[in-house]
Amino acid sequence: MTDWIVLGLLGVLSVASALGLLLSRNAIYAALFLVLNFVIGAVIYLVLNAPFLAVVQISVYAGAIMVLFIFVIMLLGAERLTPAENPPGLNYQRPLALILGVLALGLAAYVLLTRQASAAPVAQSVDASPTAVGLQLFRNYVFPFEVVALLLLAAMVGAVVLTRKTE
Amino acid sequence: MEPTSFVVFLSSVLFVIGALGVLLRRNALMIFMSIELMLNAANLAFVAFAQRWAQLAGQVFVFFVMTVAAAEVAVGLALIVTIFRTKRSTSVDELAQLRG
Amino acid sequence: MTLLIVSPILFPLLGMLINALFGQRMRERVVGWVASFAVIAAFAASVVLFVQLSQSHGEPLRLTLAPWITAGALNVAWGFLVDPLSAVMMLIVTGVGALIHIYSIGYMHGDPRFARYFVYLNLFVAAMLVLVMADNFLVLFVGWELVGLCSYLLIGFWFQDVKNAAAGRKAFVVNRIGDVGFVLGMLLIFATFGTLDFETVFAQVKVRGESLAAVASLITLLLFIGATGKSAQIPLFVWLPDAMAGPTPVSALIHAATMVTAGVYMMSRAHVLFELAPTTQALIALVGTITALVAGSSALRQVDIKKVLAYSTVSQLGFMVAAAGLGAYVAALFHLLTHAFFKALLFLGAGSVIHAMHAAHGDVDPQDMRAMGGLAKRMPFTFLTFVIGGLALAGLPPLAGFFSKDEVLLAAFADNPLVFVLLGITAAFTALYVGRQIVLVFLGEPRSANAAHAHESPAIMTMPLAVLALLTLAGGAINLPGGGWLHHWLEPVLHEAAKPLNVGLALVFTLIALGALALAWVWYRDAQRARLEVESALGRFLLSAWHIDAVYHATVLRAFYTLSTICSQLIDIGLIDAAVNAVGRSARAAADQLRAAQSGFVRNYGLLMFLGVIVLVVYFVVVR
Repeated sequence: MTDWIVLGLLGVLSVASALGLLLSRNAIYAALFLVLNFVIGAVIYLVLNAPFLAVVQISVYAGAIMVLFIFVIMLLGAERLTPAENPPGLNYQRPLALILGVLALGLAAYVLLTRQASAAPVAQSVDASPTAVGLQLFRNYVFPFEVVALLLLAAMVGAVVLTRKTE
Repeated sequence: MEPTSFVVFLSSVLFVIGALGVLLRRNALMIFMSIELMLNAANLAFVAFAQRWAQLAGQVFVFFVMTVAAAEVAVGLALIVTIFRTKRSTSVDELAQLRG
Repeated sequence: MTLLIVSPILFPLLGMLINALFGQRMRERVVGWVASFAVIAAFAASVVLFVQLSQSHGEPLRLTLAPWITAGALNVAWGFLVDPLSAVMMLIVTGVGALIHIYSIGYMHGDPRFARYFVYLNLFVAAMLVLVMADNFLVLFVGWELVGLCSYLLIGFWFQDVKNAAAGRKAFVVNRIGDVGFVLGMLLIFATFGTLDFETVFAQVKVRGESLAAVASLITLLLFIGATGKSAQIPLFVWLPDAMAGPTPVSALIHAATMVTAGVYMMSRAHVLFELAPTTQALIALVGTITALVAGSSALRQVDIKKVLAYSTVSQLGFMVAAAGLGAYVAALFHLLTHAFFKALLFLGAGSVIHAMHAAHGDVDPQDMRAMGGLAKRMPFTFLTFVIGGLALAGLPPLAGFFSKDEVLLAAFADNPLVFVLLGITAAFTALYVGRQIVLVFLGEPRSANAAHAHESPAIMTMPLAVLALLTLAGGAINLPGGGWLHHWLEPVLHEAAKPLNVGLALVFTLIALGALALAWVWYRDAQRARLEVESALGRFLLSAWHIDAVYHATVLRAFYTLSTICSQLIDIGLIDAAVNAVGRSARAAADQLRAAQSGFVRNYGLLMFLGVIVLVVYFVVVR
């Protein structure tokens, strides 16, 4: 019961913050709404027995990525978003997008209400502490781990190269 | 209704909102943020299932997704900055030269 | 011996090669005499072969040079046959040919393509010899086609004037129509006899005889169609008057003495086949007679000096063909021989006149007889030889033409009254147009500046005239009535019975000829008549050869042009091009439509991707 109340509340807050992101006129406000969304997401992770991920979410997503976003927004001076004219050719963009969105939501509701979840018994809660996740990473998933490390290196190099001032 | 089903439904709602943000917004940064929202929604679904089946694999996968998202944001923002240097505008509608 | 038999063909080919390769660099005289000596050498070789033949009493000389086609049942070789018939033809072709070559040296003087002319002329002589010396139908056909080609090249020799080129083309195309018949005939011969070799086929005919009558009718009909093309009979004679666009020596050689006689020669060669088909023979006699009449009457109103002779040639060929149709092959060949002499003489004489009329005084057509007159005094030698030729054509004794024409009339009198009457009328016409021509060209007063300033031609042109005149005077002796020398000479090949002389007939026709000549003199003394007569309805009718050309234009040619227009405009441009273009256009249009999807806007693409995702989800959730 309490589970339902907590999850319901968190769900409403999450959707509200997402809508705030969607509808803000100011980029900074939108970024802050997104930060709020990430934090709520972290809380949901906690409820779902993923403490390590919750912390990583806050430190990486909310802490690093969003900070980067806000830096760039302020760098480009894009906080005030003026609604400009739609160029011809995009006249049907908004109505079509809204229709598709409604359609997608309808689909999700349909699945939720008509499909039976699996009847298998809920398994025992597994140990999800950082130690356990770390062991998984370094034992079973060591190869993807290294590859992702290389990927980060490439991204770093790319970011530096792209933003260099040409002499 | 099970908690897992509810969380997955929540994840799909967040995903659709993110998609609408990508389709309706003109500012490149707004679009990018919407993409992050979509990624986050996917992560949520992973964690829900990881909890249901008591497998850590889902959580490990979320870890990787976050890493890749970070890398992507870094490079993407660098690109937006570079484009802004020449175009002096962040509207994606101005980047329409590959038309047929 | 091989070399001797082949040499009459090799000499002209050699002359052709020399002139083709080096002619541009040699002087005119050298080119002309190289070509002429080639033909003279061929004539000498023909004489040697003739003597050999006479010593062996007509036993033919055979030579197979090399195999040509060996394909299943068909075996054709490059084979040559020198027998009495081909020997006569060889002598005519090389003898008259040599004289005309020499004449051409003078006539074509100053022409920029002098060497090329002699190349073609030598090639023609070689091809004609291949035709008459062939020992099978296919090699004969090779010569047949080659002389057609040379005819085309020489008629259109001055092709810079498009009328001349058109005349050459007309000759070739009309000949071709006849050749279709010839080829079909050859196919049928092969199907019936299994070979195209003369001696084999004729031997088989003797053995199988009457059983072949039906197929022989068809074969001979088809072969005759080929002959009508080559020998200018109805319905395919229309090319010969147009062929006068070529140089006059060409008209003399090809369109009077040799090429046009190929049809008559072919019928004589294959006479055993024709003798099996009396219906075809009747048809041949009729066609020949009607052709003679139509052409003879048309000559009565021509104003061009060469066109008179052209229609006259068609008419005399009609005589020869009619004789062949009556089975009187010796008569036909005798007339062929004498006609070669006096018609070549007449043409060369006309060439002499045209040459004189070309002087740069005045601008009348040098070939228009209405502008001539009084040339007897100014060109006495030409006048004399021309009269000799003309009187021979009219059939006055003791000239050669009298004897040969008389033989033909004799054969007609014995076998076919209708043919006899019509040929008789034609003979009268002949004398009439001969007289008309002589009076208009040579007698009276000059009617133009050109005529007034005309002078005699150089010796190189008058010498051949002299030789031909002598031959015309003495030629009758070759085959005196009642079984002359030619008759005996051709006996081994033709096996004909000689007819006795009919003095009464000869007398009647001589009187008719004399009367017609006198009438011509009375009528055309006043040249005004010549100018007026072409304007009457009858005059126009005869001038255009009974409007036959116009009829062809209105029917066959019009139909053909319509068909051609349909094919090119309607089908080719309208249908096929339109279809191909439509494919291209529709591809372009489709691309234009599809291009709208590439708007360049990222958000559009995003929309489409989202749509795609939803479709997939719907499929997996709802449908499955």
